[in-house]
Amino acid sequence: MKKVIMGNHAVSHAVMLAGAEVIAAYPITPQTQIVEELSNMCAEGRLKAKFIKVESEHSAMACCIGASAAGSRAFTATSSQGLALMHELLHWAAGARTPVVLAEVNRALAPGWNIWADQSDALAQRDTGWLQFYCTSNQEILDSILIAFRVAEMVSLPAMVVYDAFYLSHTYEAVDIPDRQLVDRFLPPYKPEVKLDVEKPKAFGSLTTPEYYMEMRHKIEEATERVHELLPQVYAEFHNIFGRRYDVLEGYRCDDADLLLVTSGTVSSTARIVIDKLREAGKRVGRLNIRLFRPFPARPLREALRGYKKVAVLDRNISFGQGGIFAQELRAALCNEKEKPQVFGFIAGLGGRDITPAAIEEVIATADKLDEPAREIEWIGLKA
Amino acid sequence: MNHERKHDEELVCSGHYACQGCGGVIAMRHALRALGPRTIVVLPACCWSVIAGPFPYSALGVPVFHAAFETGGSTASGVRAALDIQGKTDINVLAWAGDGGTFDIGLQSLSGAVERNENIIYSCYDNEAYMNTGIQRSSATPLRTWTTTTPDLYPKETPKKDIVQILAGHKIPYVATTSIGFPDDLRAKFEKAKSIAGTKFLHVLSPCPPGWKYSSELTVSVARLATHCKVFPIYEVFDGEHYVINVEPEGKPVTEYLAMQGRFAHLTKRQTDEIQARVDYDWEHLLHKAMLEKFEFHEG
Repeated sequence: MKKVIMGNHAVSHAVMLAGAEVIAAYPITPQTQIVEELSNMCAEGRLKAKFIKVESEHSAMACCIGASAAGSRAFTATSSQGLALMHELLHWAAGARTPVVLAEVNRALAPGWNIWADQSDALAQRDTGWLQFYCTSNQEILDSILIAFRVAEMVSLPAMVVYDAFYLSHTYEAVDIPDRQLVDRFLPPYKPEVKLDVEKPKAFGSLTTPEYYMEMRHKIEEATERVHELLPQVYAEFHNIFGRRYDVLEGYRCDDADLLLVTSGTVSSTARIVIDKLREAGKRVGRLNIRLFRPFPARPLREALRGYKKVAVLDRNISFGQGGIFAQELRAALCNEKEKPQVFGFIAGLGGRDITPAAIEEVIATADKLDEPAREIEWIGLKA
Repeated sequence: MNHERKHDEELVCSGHYACQGCGGVIAMRHALRALGPRTIVVLPACCWSVIAGPFPYSALGVPVFHAAFETGGSTASGVRAALDIQGKTDINVLAWAGDGGTFDIGLQSLSGAVERNENIIYSCYDNEAYMNTGIQRSSATPLRTWTTTTPDLYPKETPKKDIVQILAGHKIPYVATTSIGFPDDLRAKFEKAKSIAGTKFLHVLSPCPPGWKYSSELTVSVARLATHCKVFPIYEVFDGEHYVINVEPEGKPVTEYLAMQGRFAHLTKRQTDEIQARVDYDWEHLLHKAMLEKFEFHEG
């Protein structure tokens, strides 16, 4: 059934369809409507879940970890400061191998207080062991939540579905809300191999000496890497059941391009318009959207970028002292290639500043006129 | 007190990693004998994170989930929610935290869980300092006590936080103090906690030989003196308001209790007098609360 809904409610519908059993959440703009709607669904009995109204995001994640360890499908949502507060427990969720799913609405970090879109909050959690999916539309948000549950539970690792504040969270789009029966075909009930069970008492997360710790970390890395094998199969199944096709990378008019623009999040949609306009004017440009950030799709990226001369990476985030995080990771993925493109890194749209088609044109024009980057980071639209 | 014990299961195994004379092990042993094998333990960072034994071993005969330091209340809430949605409502969820994890870093998540009246048992085994890291003061450390961060020349300047009053202030069904010096009381209270719906908070005095500086065979004696000197009264608070004192102290002077422990060796006469005065006042205060009638709401 198609409905016109906001991005946040796309999450709520997906979580209901996924049959989450425990939801623990704390309000924060611009995420709040996700859990308000879930709270309604629980109150009305449309979703048979325990909704724990915690006193902080830190506790929200702790509840989800406890619930997941006890064998229930757990969900939470947050943004910015809330995600930062959870940081310790993001590591815990991955270390405990609890496949919690989290909807993360990208919002800038304070100070100064800013509730608008900025990817720095989610990207700062890149080393916590969470899978990260980035979305460009409300449909993709709903679908990504279902996919996140599926993949997370296959590899026993937590996953976050990430999308931009307001550009998606509060924007209404037509979304196909699938039937429960279809979702049930795609997402089997959560039945973990081991869980807290009084019939089979086990200790979880005990003191782990140097004799074992490294092997446990290696297993987490193996599970993370396995996502690269599993995800294409899961995307194929998703396509069979729901008719919508996804991939870790999504190219737009990339063939024969002299320059590729690499983006993630809603900028990827805006960029399509710019690409069309420039193509009409005879410029050979394309755009590559990165959907999966963790595990980082290094191999698909190397293949996708093979043969291109120039790549411009547009980051709505900043790692101070190093630049845009997508640019950084992309450069690392390419560093051992014999023939590799020049990578131009751009920062734009921090703290919710609009990344307009003109700004994207400026990015492309800057990379177009230079043979190699003039500096590590180019800032777009910076006021004097 | 019922001295006829049922044959019940030993759920703390030998080979655990506790120090000799550890009060925390005695506390866990009696608590689990009262609660039985259908119990899941949530263990935020505390001495018991080590005592329970390293991977791949476990010193407990029940499932244990090791949780982040400040998440005793919240992790236990999540486990409870999962069990409830799976229909396993008869399983006890026991959050087992030290004083640091309860009085200090875990107070927020504890307060959150308690305010929601989660159906869990939260037990704080209190050894009155950060013992696992080597005796640093916590807000459970008593007035004028020596620790490594409150040295002899600068002992703790503030009194022990009244955690029972904080918990009672949440109006939960059951808050009680108990002590490893009174194992019958301890077991009876965990058994009672098992039968009450909502949050149960048990504050267990658990002396620590290396931290309190006494010889390890004296753990039970020290614990008993704490109550008999009125330093650690044993009582219950029902619904946050109705106080019942369970052990009549012998009313010994605090100097007897203090003199047993090296952590008080630096005290001057003036300081012990001050401690005695504080203990006497707090006991009077408790007596007054115990004499209040139970709150009842009469309609119309």
